[in-house]
Amino acid sequence: MENTNTKPVKKMMLILSKATIENVYACFILANGARMEGIESEIFFTFFGLEAIQKKKLDHLHVATVGNPAMHIPTILGGLPGMEALATKMMKSEMEKLDIPPVGEFLEMLTASGTKLWACKLAIDMFKIKEEDLVDDVDGVLTVGGFYERAQGDGTHLLFI
Amino acid sequence: MTEKTFAGYCVKCNELGYLMDTDEWNREIGLEIAKEEEIAMTDKHWEVIDWLRDQCKQEVALSVRKVGKSGVVDIKGFYQLFPKGPLKTASKIAGIPKPVSCI
Repeated sequence: MENTNTKPVKKMMLILSKATIENVYACFILANGARMEGIESEIFFTFFGLEAIQKKKLDHLHVATVGNPAMHIPTILGGLPGMEALATKMMKSEMEKLDIPPVGEFLEMLTASGTKLWACKLAIDMFKIKEEDLVDDVDGVLTVGGFYERAQGDGTHLLFI
Repeated sequence: MTEKTFAGYCVKCNELGYLMDTDEWNREIGLEIAKEEEIAMTDKHWEVIDWLRDQCKQEVALSVRKVGKSGVVDIKGFYQLFPKGPLKTASKIAGIPKPVSCI
């Protein structure tokens, strides 16, 4: 069964640049799933992805109902007031049924599992976010160079979300 | 399916080394599997294994999140006990099927 040509994934370096809940969950599930397989994982939160680690914002992330053809509703309806909230509520309740935790609890889970969480220096400066705005689970603020440095080694994969 | 002998007991395993029949399991077998997984079993490890087996008997779909809420061990502790993929390693030692959860 042992194939000498296989190169196992040893570390996943995920970059989260969006704050729509489907992207945030995709990123978190990949990071957590890596740890569950004994693979190291780190997340670099940049641009809108930073919303997922801001104390006041992480519980209010929404699914995108406009410009998302997979919602299968006319774009004009997706833009009506309350549509995003409704779609988000429905998605969250389905997630809970699948044992997928809310964003805040998920962050705690990731930290407990050994996933490293990094905030992007440039985006922090651009959005004028203070470190105290970020959840305590964040390991620190990194430049792109710093993130690449951490990606060193055989079997590391980078993924942009 | 293959047959493997642990601690003198011949058991049916799948290709990933998980026991096919959870009733064939006993602690001696668990201990042998733990050795293969390079886990030195302590009382805390067994407490987790017993909880997992109990949940499996009740047909609960297991996840790391559920283990974290079990009251037996928190998630950080679970990773410390079974560092290389806690749920899949612990399930293998516990003689229960490989969990299908992504959480």
